Amino acid sequence: MKARYLAASAAMALVLGAASGARAEGELTLCWAAWDPANALVELSKEFEEQSGTKMNFEFIPWPNFADRMLNELNSGGQLCDLLIGDSQWIGGGAENGHYVKLNDFFDANGISMDDFAPATVYAYSTWPKGTENYYALPAMGDANGWFYRKDWFARPELQEAFQAEYGRPLAEPKTQLELRDIAKFFQGREIDGQTVYGASIFTERGSEGITMGITGALYAWGFKYENTPGSYDMEGAVNSPAAVEALEFYKSLYDCCTPPGYTNAYMTESLDAFKSGQVAMAMNWFAFFPGLYADPNTGGDKIDFFVNPGQNVQGSTLGGQGISVVSYSDNQEGALEYIKWFAQPDVQAKWWALGGYSAHNAVLNDPGFATSQPFAGDFLEAMANVQDFWQEPAYAELLLAMQERMHNYVVAGEGTAQEALDGLVADWTEVFKEEGKL
Amino acid sequence: MTHSAMDAAARATPPNIARRIRGLSDRTIAWLFVAPTIFLLLAINIFPLIWTVYLSFTNYRANRPNKAVEWVGFENYQNILTDDGIWANMQATAHFLFWTIVFQVLIGFTLAWLINKKFKGNDLWTTLIVLPMMLSPAVVGNFWTFLYQPQIGLFNYAVEFLTGTPASSFEMLGTTTLAPWAIVIVDTWMWTPFVMLICLAGLRSIPDYIYEAAEVDRASKWRQFWTITIPMVLPFLMLAVLFRGIENFKMFDLVVQLTGGGPGSVTELASINLKREAFEKWRTGYSSAYAIILFVTVFGLASIYVKALNKVKER
Repeated sequence: MKARYLAASAAMALVLGAASGARAEGELTLCWAAWDPANALVELSKEFEEQSGTKMNFEFIPWPNFADRMLNELNSGGQLCDLLIGDSQWIGGGAENGHYVKLNDFFDANGISMDDFAPATVYAYSTWPKGTENYYALPAMGDANGWFYRKDWFARPELQEAFQAEYGRPLAEPKTQLELRDIAKFFQGREIDGQTVYGASIFTERGSEGITMGITGALYAWGFKYENTPGSYDMEGAVNSPAAVEALEFYKSLYDCCTPPGYTNAYMTESLDAFKSGQVAMAMNWFAFFPGLYADPNTGGDKIDFFVNPGQNVQGSTLGGQGISVVSYSDNQEGALEYIKWFAQPDVQAKWWALGGYSAHNAVLNDPGFATSQPFAGDFLEAMANVQDFWQEPAYAELLLAMQERMHNYVVAGEGTAQEALDGLVADWTEVFKEEGKL
Repeated sequence: MTHSAMDAAARATPPNIARRIRGLSDRTIAWLFVAPTIFLLLAINIFPLIWTVYLSFTNYRANRPNKAVEWVGFENYQNILTDDGIWANMQATAHFLFWTIVFQVLIGFTLAWLINKKFKGNDLWTTLIVLPMMLSPAVVGNFWTFLYQPQIGLFNYAVEFLTGTPASSFEMLGTTTLAPWAIVIVDTWMWTPFVMLICLAGLRSIPDYIYEAAEVDRASKWRQFWTITIPMVLPFLMLAVLFRGIENFKMFDLVVQLTGGGPGSVTELASINLKREAFEKWRTGYSSAYAIILFVTVFGLASIYVKALNKVKER
């Protein structure tokens, strides 16, 4: 079967190679998602092109298709990408299926130390098995799910007064998830400047990872754990704990009470659109978008402010972000490694942050001026101190899709109870791990 | 070709090739001509089908080249046929299939019947009506999501205008009760013209003298419709139902664009679910079995239907 697979992969690679055209020697193709930080990386990479004489090509895929497109590419042994900034959850599959080059020897030979990067990002983006010193990526883009809101609306005296009267506290950035829902309820359906506005835009998307990334923000704040004992795959009582049920019920109540009409399949773009069009008072999204939001001429600047995902029982944020890996099918691995060596330099990392990328390098993050360098920089540091990621197992896609379906069925379609949804999720995940031979 | 032209062609053939061809039988030459086509058919259709059947009995995953492949017998088939989720997908498919065909046949035939009448602007109306089927399903899906938007969607405002129900009070794509109907409406909008065109061909194939004979026999219009129009259009109508049935059984693009299978799973048709199993979860063996079940279902139903169609034609 392996020989047949290889033959099929070779044929597919041949077709893809022919389709993409021959790549000249001394060229590198970097694959990533199409979003604001990718543009910053193009700008940053010009310096590498000048220094090395290597021409950089970029393949940026829109987020909804990014996983499908790139995982197909990797699974078929495609040579489209020399470098891939892949999602953190792909690291297990990338390592175990031989898609990514192991970087330990390269790091040692070039004096690149993982101690120079934020521990949470090294753990999440680089290591497999988790927590071991086996590195398959260099932390490239730190990210977490955060919140932003209409600071100008919050500051209006009449709204301050009305909120104080209703909730007995000032209208301000929420400190807990329940406070966040109060604020969302307060704004829901309110007339502001002659327009009906809504409470919050949250992630509800069904097709890829949206609703899971939104819900985990609430789950982590309630202290959610994937396993009773890390590494045991013992999920009963952890995934469907009373606290997890409470968190899920909270997310559904937030969806039911406080989102704009028709907000049934919304992810990053919809969240940004809802905020930029002045429809919502608050919105969740990845920190990666915050520089663009702050620069927006209509709703940015002094009209916007940011806050970290509020805690409830504990502080917790959903991890985003990615590491940069060398694709093992690349015929220019040397060039790709050179790029990583260049990218790991502290001064390049500082430029990366200045251009709008989120560096995970300690030299940048620990700089005394970092927290005040942008209005969201302090929140970013706070979020990254308490991040949690989804499963990073090779079977992550099945685990994710099971959660997407269970969560969307409960939150959006209103089927069953939170307890049933989480019990069902435990059953689905148990089946996956049994198939994987881990249970 | 005339005799002299054949002679000229024979003379133009180089003597050594002519000698070689002369040595081959007609059957061999025929085989030489069809061999490339047969080879392509085997390589592109038959081999993948046989390979899929083989994979359906294994636990193979295309994204795990290092994992040992095990023969699992009928386990994949058993798991699929006893999975409540898949039966829910089948029910969603059946709902979509049944109602799209009912609406498309009724509206398509009515439009064809009206267009078949001679009136001013007949051609313009025909052109306008067939426009939706010229569009890409992805485009149609995309713009109907805007039409269904509760705050700005024209569909919701049309419903408000006609019924008084506030536009933002209902979500066609966001509620489990309305979403299955939302996809039926869009498919009906897009593909009714196709049924109409086939029915129109059927109506125009009925010779006028049959109606004239019925007039002479003083048959009422109603009787003419049921005893002449319907029986003579029926084979065309059945053909349209066959085409739409097969197409909608494997419907994917339009519905993915509209709802992505949601809310929940109420519009996750069998083909959407199959794609998720095959290319998102990478359960290649399992999804091969799923594909075989769908293939056998659609092939079986289509075969029975074609026999019925032939019987109707013979009448």
